[in-house]
Amino acid sequence: MHELSLAENMLQIIEESAAEQGFIRVKTVWVEIGQLSCVEKDALRFCFSTVVDGTVAQQAVLEIIDIPGRCRCVQCGCEAAISTLYDACPNCGCYATDVIRGNEIRISEMEVE
Amino acid sequence: MCTTCGCGSDQVHVDGTILHQHDHDYSGSRRAHVHEHGVSDVGESRRVRIERAVLAKNDRYAQTNRQLLAEHGILMLNLVSSPGSGKTTLLVETIRALQSDLSIAVIEGDQQTDQDAMRVRATGVQALQINTGKGCHLDAHMVGHAIQRLDLQENSALFIENVGNLVCPAGFDLGEAHKVVILSVTEGEDKPLKYPDMFRAADLMLLNKCDLLPYLSFDVCRVIEYAHRVNPSLQIIQVSATLGTGMPAWFDWIKRSHHCAVKAKRAIVSTQHASD
Repeated sequence: MHELSLAENMLQIIEESAAEQGFIRVKTVWVEIGQLSCVEKDALRFCFSTVVDGTVAQQAVLEIIDIPGRCRCVQCGCEAAISTLYDACPNCGCYATDVIRGNEIRISEMEVE
Repeated sequence: MCTTCGCGSDQVHVDGTILHQHDHDYSGSRRAHVHEHGVSDVGESRRVRIERAVLAKNDRYAQTNRQLLAEHGILMLNLVSSPGSGKTTLLVETIRALQSDLSIAVIEGDQQTDQDAMRVRATGVQALQINTGKGCHLDAHMVGHAIQRLDLQENSALFIENVGNLVCPAGFDLGEAHKVVILSVTEGEDKPLKYPDMFRAADLMLLNKCDLLPYLSFDVCRVIEYAHRVNPSLQIIQVSATLGTGMPAWFDWIKRSHHCAVKAKRAIVSTQHASD
């Protein structure tokens, strides 16, 4: 249940941004979650709704932006979509791949007032 | 996690005392929340770009830990596994074999109890217990506090026994030199595919309890193949912590890693001297 830690870290970023930018209410939070990032989205939604209680983000809607997984094959250099960390390169069948997208856990934007 | 200073929640205990106790200053956003009830619909909505990684703060703490350890030539290894893989037994046997040549300290992570720390202390080395309460993993901030509390020797080794969990600790960099994943042969060959993040994050896998193989249908070749699908560069050593089989290869791996840490410290020291 590391989603609770992630939700707490998200709230911390939101509160720091509120102090820096002077907003008093968060209406929407857009968070990018990579397909390969080991985050259970429903658990994150639940944890977020719990930790924001009594804060500027109490009524915030959490919008999750799915980032598909993408890798570069170490052997043939081809780039391809992957959905798990053990997908082989579709071009040459090699398992040695570098993940180039899909690991993200990042707050991208907020709607505030 | 505390939103004022970023410290762990009051659920986190280090050797029985709360990690941080301080008054929270609610002058920030929580006051704003009160404001929210008093003044409704005052502001205009606007979009603000944030572009911040959710674990950026943890990663900064991890980098601080890593730098501190590097300056003192200390090798930190983060041992991760599911509960019951034999981590503590393996750690105790490792300490017994190496403690005459190497100064060793241990950070134990568990949700509750200090039983593992007591087992480690029985070997004579320092061990600090972190109880995470409801938390399912250690983070870099807790480990930073533990490093400060331990009396770590120059050129020593620091082992972290993480909370038994094959999922959550994978995403949290603690500042370790390597994650070492321990899998026991009683767990099933498909664990690397079921929990790929941990096997991807690790540099070494210890396949433990190999003395039980004659009594099980566990396929060693298959688990190695699965582990290498997830992480082709993962090194794998087959061991039995209780019988000692394969353990010398693990000890040699530690000695090589420790040698790298000491060498890296020399490089840092000579760079500092050159710039003086």
